[in-house]
Amino acid sequence: MTSAGPTVLPARSISTRRTVVGKLMLGLCVAATGVALAVLVWIFGYVLMQGALSVNVNFFTQLPAPVGEPGGGFLNALTGTGIMVGVASAMSIPLGILAGIYLAEFGHGWLAYVVRFISDTLGATPSIVAGLFAYTLIVVRVHHFSALAGSVALALLMIPTITRTAEEMIRLVPRTLREAALALGVPEWRMTLQIVLPAASSGVVTGIMLAIARVSGETAALLFTAFNNRFLSTSLDEPMSSVPVQVYTYAIAPYDDWHRQAWAGALVLVTLVALFSAAVRLATRSRYKLEQ
Amino acid sequence: MAADMGTILAGEVSSRTRNLRRWGPRSLQGWTNLDGLFRKACGAFAVSIVGLLALVVYQLVHASRLSIERFGVGFAFEKVWDPVTQNLGAATFIYGTFVSSTIALLIAVPLGIGIAIFLVEMAPRRVSSLVGFLIELLAAIPSIVYGLWGLFVLAPLVRVWVAPALRNTLGFLPLFSGESNGVGMLTAGLILAIMVLPFIAAVSRDVLAAVPQAQREGSLALGTTKWETIWNVVLPYGRVGIAGAVILALGRALGETMAVTMVIGNSPQIMASLFQPGYTMSSVIANEYSEASGPMYLSALTELGLLLFILTFAVNGAASLLIWRLTRGPGAHA
Repeated sequence: MTSAGPTVLPARSISTRRTVVGKLMLGLCVAATGVALAVLVWIFGYVLMQGALSVNVNFFTQLPAPVGEPGGGFLNALTGTGIMVGVASAMSIPLGILAGIYLAEFGHGWLAYVVRFISDTLGATPSIVAGLFAYTLIVVRVHHFSALAGSVALALLMIPTITRTAEEMIRLVPRTLREAALALGVPEWRMTLQIVLPAASSGVVTGIMLAIARVSGETAALLFTAFNNRFLSTSLDEPMSSVPVQVYTYAIAPYDDWHRQAWAGALVLVTLVALFSAAVRLATRSRYKLEQ
Repeated sequence: MAADMGTILAGEVSSRTRNLRRWGPRSLQGWTNLDGLFRKACGAFAVSIVGLLALVVYQLVHASRLSIERFGVGFAFEKVWDPVTQNLGAATFIYGTFVSSTIALLIAVPLGIGIAIFLVEMAPRRVSSLVGFLIELLAAIPSIVYGLWGLFVLAPLVRVWVAPALRNTLGFLPLFSGESNGVGMLTAGLILAIMVLPFIAAVSRDVLAAVPQAQREGSLALGTTKWETIWNVVLPYGRVGIAGAVILALGRALGETMAVTMVIGNSPQIMASLFQPGYTMSSVIANEYSEASGPMYLSALTELGLLLFILTFAVNGAASLLIWRLTRGPGAHA
């Protein structure tokens, strides 16, 4: 497009300086992208390399060894993350989906606007604040750290994401589908739950997966709610370990073997995130194809 | 494709309605009532999100009342942080939060906008889609992984290369004076820059992609170069949205906890040099909360969390409103 200028207009109308500046700035834009991709490759590559060197069967099957002794694994943390993310999902998914249905189907007034604004803003709330909330709500009352408090903190972080994606996905369901259902005499509630929601399900599940991926790597919200536990615990009323918190504890400790295990933990988290992101990308891509 | 979808969904509808037959028309009245109930139930869940916000604010205010009563407004301006004598002030943490976030934005904003320009104005569609996905992947990496990488890779790099290079070239500025042991304000700013970069790039990309093609064509027809069109027409057209992207990134940077905690050095002091350790509002909570003894200490830490919450709520709220205004409504923005 730039080359069209000089041929049509009198010579030197686009001065050398302007052309050079233009090329230089566009070059810088390419360079900026290159820097970001290089950092991405660097971080992923480093975590993969260090993690691959460190991860072994013991990592998945053993409890932490006593302090100072090498060996041991993340079994307690893996179990803990599974339990707390599960409990948080049980709390946040129904609430998020029903709130999403409200916003998409009935949300036209100021109330819906307020709910959208608050859930978008809550969704960007620092996770450490979610931890403080669960601490003051539960830990202060029962006087000890507990997995329940950790789950509540994670649920608070999940609800906004699930609500807003559920809303957006339910909105995408074609109007004709609703009209067809209503014309057949289906009441509104059945239409919503049995026709609209299933039609939007892949998108809603995507939102849930994004929320789960995010909180699985969440550390700050669990530091002083679920705390940590070097033993295998399945009780919601006791402190519970989680992969990110154990990675943190091991990373700032002075033992090389713990650093090694922290990298293995990071590898597990990054793998989880990459798999979820790729799955979400595939799911959304096929949906766009259907729409076109 | 559309036809396929229609067939599938129509099939689904008919299988659903078959189940409905047994209800029969006489219960229509009951259904209507159920409809009202269903709407109310969904509404109640939606309103509960508002209730959740109120509960968060109430809990934080309630738990920090000791500190609020004792220190008042002066809490934000007091530099001393001495849990033993219970002389507790937030100034060093507020300073650390703002300085680290400022460094992050100074680096990430030009990079992020550059990436957005590359993705929208330069790259072929397929490249743009793939690179966009990869950069968004940066946003999905957990904070703790950034922290681990920052502690074991970035901090040594800053100590050995970045800090000496800055000192040798810009060492006459107090900002880049003195020795660096790797962890400090600069390292925290760098890791934050990487973490907020995808937010700026992704939102700016969407904003630039929404600039009408006619704007570009009009400018190019006047004989400008491609860059002049981008700089004088496309970017100004999208300035509100880009501002939204920057504010969104600021909100993330202010509240980011784990990665910063692991590389900032965690020392409550205000130093001119960026090589020196600092402390942020979120990292002091992360570091000291589970070991804090005494109600006043805990209360002051909670008040820091309350201040952080108010700050990020205001910043993120502003970002939402700007981005909504641009996309004409809250529904359109994913």
